[in-house]
Amino acid sequence: MSEGTLPLFEVFVRAKRGLSHVHVGSVHASDAAMAVRNARDLYTRRQEGVSIWVVAASDIVASSPDEKDSFFDPAGDKIYRHPTFYEVPEDVEYL
Amino acid sequence: MYGNDFAEPDDPGAGPLNAADGGAVEAAAAHVDTKAREGLASFDAIIAADQRIEPRDAMPEEYRQTLIRQIAQHAHSEIIGMQPEGNWITRAPSLRRKAILIAKVQDEAGHGLYLYSAAETLGITREELLDRLHTGKQKYSSIFNYPTLTWADCGAIGWLVDGAAIMNQVPLCRCSYGPYARAMIRTCKEESFHQRQGFELLWELMRGTPEQQAMAQDATNRWWWPALAMFGPRDTGEHAVTGGHTEQSMAWGIKRFSNDDLRQKFVDMTVPQAARLGVTLPDPDLLWNEERGHYDFGEIDWDEFWRVIKGDGACNAARIERRVSSHEQGAWVREAATAYAAKQRERADGAVGAGEGSAA
Repeated sequence: MSEGTLPLFEVFVRAKRGLSHVHVGSVHASDAAMAVRNARDLYTRRQEGVSIWVVAASDIVASSPDEKDSFFDPAGDKIYRHPTFYEVPEDVEYL
Repeated sequence: MYGNDFAEPDDPGAGPLNAADGGAVEAAAAHVDTKAREGLASFDAIIAADQRIEPRDAMPEEYRQTLIRQIAQHAHSEIIGMQPEGNWITRAPSLRRKAILIAKVQDEAGHGLYLYSAAETLGITREELLDRLHTGKQKYSSIFNYPTLTWADCGAIGWLVDGAAIMNQVPLCRCSYGPYARAMIRTCKEESFHQRQGFELLWELMRGTPEQQAMAQDATNRWWWPALAMFGPRDTGEHAVTGGHTEQSMAWGIKRFSNDDLRQKFVDMTVPQAARLGVTLPDPDLLWNEERGHYDFGEIDWDEFWRVIKGDGACNAARIERRVSSHEQGAWVREAATAYAAKQRERADGAVGAGEGSAA
């Protein structure tokens, strides 16, 4: 059995309560439980986190960089989704 | 601990990693389809805008290979870099020093792992990277082929070697390849502790007995020149070594300053620190140059530098032997963990099966 079989996990750390988990890097491990322990040793040696998620890298589904323009195009011409699009009288407060 | 990208002029590893890679590059270049052309135009635009390239972006094959080589060499340096100081863990003079040293060596392992992860995003596996280190196909920093003869060497490594590494790594935090830059940000945050603990170690020795002071001076004498050589061959002015990667790496935003600029900054930073410590830097030509606004310093022994890189340092063979045997001796741990994971999976599958059975 070779090390080549150790799967890759992506690691997400919550820095403190009230914040989202953020991607910090990856670890190899025999299973998810070991990945959590390896991630603790690798990414939180200085109290950088209060919670860790690991996700098998092979389970992540991502948008394709090849289609980045067409994929995100629909949002490009909808400036009316932004509050600054609207012209209102200057003397109206809390708007 | 260290990241630079240079190769000896006659090193086959300086070009494509093997002949097949070179052929593939040319073949690919000859058959670029429209899509690839668009992709590379977008690569150029991202570089021109000083933005970051991310793993799944289109990139020139040479950019990819340059990064793999540099990040791998950097990672290998961190991993081999555990040995010179690890050598002193059992002999650290106090519990405090032992705890510090263990934490520092563990950090070096961590830096190596951040970097291996970054390299893997470029499409190379961890096994291949380790294999290239173990078989000598890829290098690590020549500094780690010097021996740690006394306790003061642990101080000199922290102060000078990690000090030089910080100088080199801070600009890499703005490297054009996102995963490498992010790994460097984490590393630099931790590196500052390494440099300070080394300085403090020497500071204590310099306030100790004459023997302790002599030990600190001796370590400074032995590590000063190898630390200057860490920045790599001269790459500016009339003495620039040709065939280096500096120009291309700067155009790609991988490297931000020349080797010579970083070396000068390091000298300018370190001279006042040495004076404060009370040690003498072993260079009779070290002198403030009013006109340049920098310290002048003597010529590095480049013959020694290339000799050590090519394998003729005091510890080259021992470092690799130790690395390979550690890896082999750890095989049973990896095998046991994998077997345990397989068993847990089987049991979980079995339990699901049983549950379905009883429900029916």
